[in-house]
Amino acid sequence: MLLDVESIARMKQCAWVRNGSRIGALFLLFVSGAGVLSFSSPATSETAPAAPQAQPATPESPPQTISPAVPRAGLNVVVLDPAHGGTDPGARGTGGIRESEIVLDFAAQVRRALESQGFQVVQTRQGNEDPSFDDRSALANAQSGAVFLTLHIASTGLPGTARVYVNSDLPVSGDVAGLISWDRAQTPFQGLSRKLGDLVQGLLAQRFKGSPSTAQTAAVRQLRTTAAPAIAVEISSVVVENRADLDRMAPGVADAIATGVAAFRPSYVVPTTRGGTP
Amino acid sequence: MARWIRWVVGILCVLVIVGAIYFPILRRRLRAAAKLQQQTAEQARRELTQAVPVNPGEPRVKAKLFWASGNGDGTLMDSTVELPLSSDPVLRSKQVLNTLLAGPVDADLRTLPPDAVLLAFYLLPNGTAIADFSEPLATATPSGIQSEQMAVDSIARTLEANVPKVQRLKILIHGQEVETLAGHLDLTGTFLVNAEGPLPAPVAATPAATPPGAEKPSAPAPATDKPAPAAAPATRPASPDGV
Repeated sequence: MLLDVESIARMKQCAWVRNGSRIGALFLLFVSGAGVLSFSSPATSETAPAAPQAQPATPESPPQTISPAVPRAGLNVVVLDPAHGGTDPGARGTGGIRESEIVLDFAAQVRRALESQGFQVVQTRQGNEDPSFDDRSALANAQSGAVFLTLHIASTGLPGTARVYVNSDLPVSGDVAGLISWDRAQTPFQGLSRKLGDLVQGLLAQRFKGSPSTAQTAAVRQLRTTAAPAIAVEISSVVVENRADLDRMAPGVADAIATGVAAFRPSYVVPTTRGGTP
Repeated sequence: MARWIRWVVGILCVLVIVGAIYFPILRRRLRAAAKLQQQTAEQARRELTQAVPVNPGEPRVKAKLFWASGNGDGTLMDSTVELPLSSDPVLRSKQVLNTLLAGPVDADLRTLPPDAVLLAFYLLPNGTAIADFSEPLATATPSGIQSEQMAVDSIARTLEANVPKVQRLKILIHGQEVETLAGHLDLTGTFLVNAEGPLPAPVAATPAATPPGAEKPSAPAPATDKPAPAAAPATRPASPDGV
């Protein structure tokens, strides 16, 4: 591989494992700058382990990786992102409720519900760490057949309601035949994200009165760099006086997400030819 | 007991009773005075930083401003306010944004923090507006997708309704580009303001460099519900369903 790195401002590396064939197509995603990629896509050998390559080449790697074993066609993996963490508590309620702590508890229940549906779940953080937006996206982008869900607790909104957000329409890259820009990794997946978002939102609306019936659109930073169907689920809110009010919502949220992702599975079509689109 | 001692004890008792009655009143007055002083300081800062020359001769027109609807569901509601709006798009934008920042009569319907001020406003020839706000916009906006979306939507929709020349909006915090408003909403791009207007040339395009003939990575299911526009704007729109 030859790479002219002149004037490249920032670069992200990602490995793409194709459709269970273990033939990885290593490519580079440019965040910004006028870098010139001279050559790309040397396929890895059949025996090369995929997951180690899949890790982002950054010093602060995400805490957990997925096993490369048992790759199957279609949707197998759910990357679950409890937002914030570390020095970033997220939204804070007057009663001392911290978003970063509650989303971890929600994630544990969502994880169990997804695993009972047969999904492999990867979490972007297990404890009180704060991976960067890009690290969280890198973990999702390294998976094959995955969807991405980021969990949030709002500062506002009607208490006891839940909303699903998909990313606002992103501009299509000028070079549509080329590599996916890291900055716009979500662009090709917006249709699928919308479908997944509407499914989950519909189920949440059945469980939590006052929630919207369809997914909403917002320029959510975390979703923009994720190259997979991706949604943000936001629960209202940290302003409740008693944390138990939020805890009571967790089983319903977990069930709605797991059921929604399972219902989405048939819609998730993985290209069968190199570079093909469904 | 000497007579003068009885007098002193009596006076002291009276003073204690009067003090006990007056002390809570004094405390309430002090609190009210402190609050008034705080408001005055905020007003003074706003007057200093947001001085927008207004020509009283300008005709008063009905400006449409977007604040929270009060339903608690993240929606906005337009309110009509009569202002002597300038015909100059930059001055006009400053006027409506300052009025938006000043807030509605009902403070609960605010979408922007009371301490936030507009530091600068520029309008590029291609219709991109750059609004530079003080740090409280980022630090005092409640953290959350809904609340941050409401803040940006109220700015974008207010500009859209009153300044047709503004087509896109870039938000800076204290002169700097920031990654998010308060941890969620992406501020690295621009927000579409007037979708109806002619689209300018993209300014923030950062396409991935690809050699001719290079293979497309086998991205799983790059499906879109709608065809890509022929000339896509380099914008991420403010939520189209925000209201």
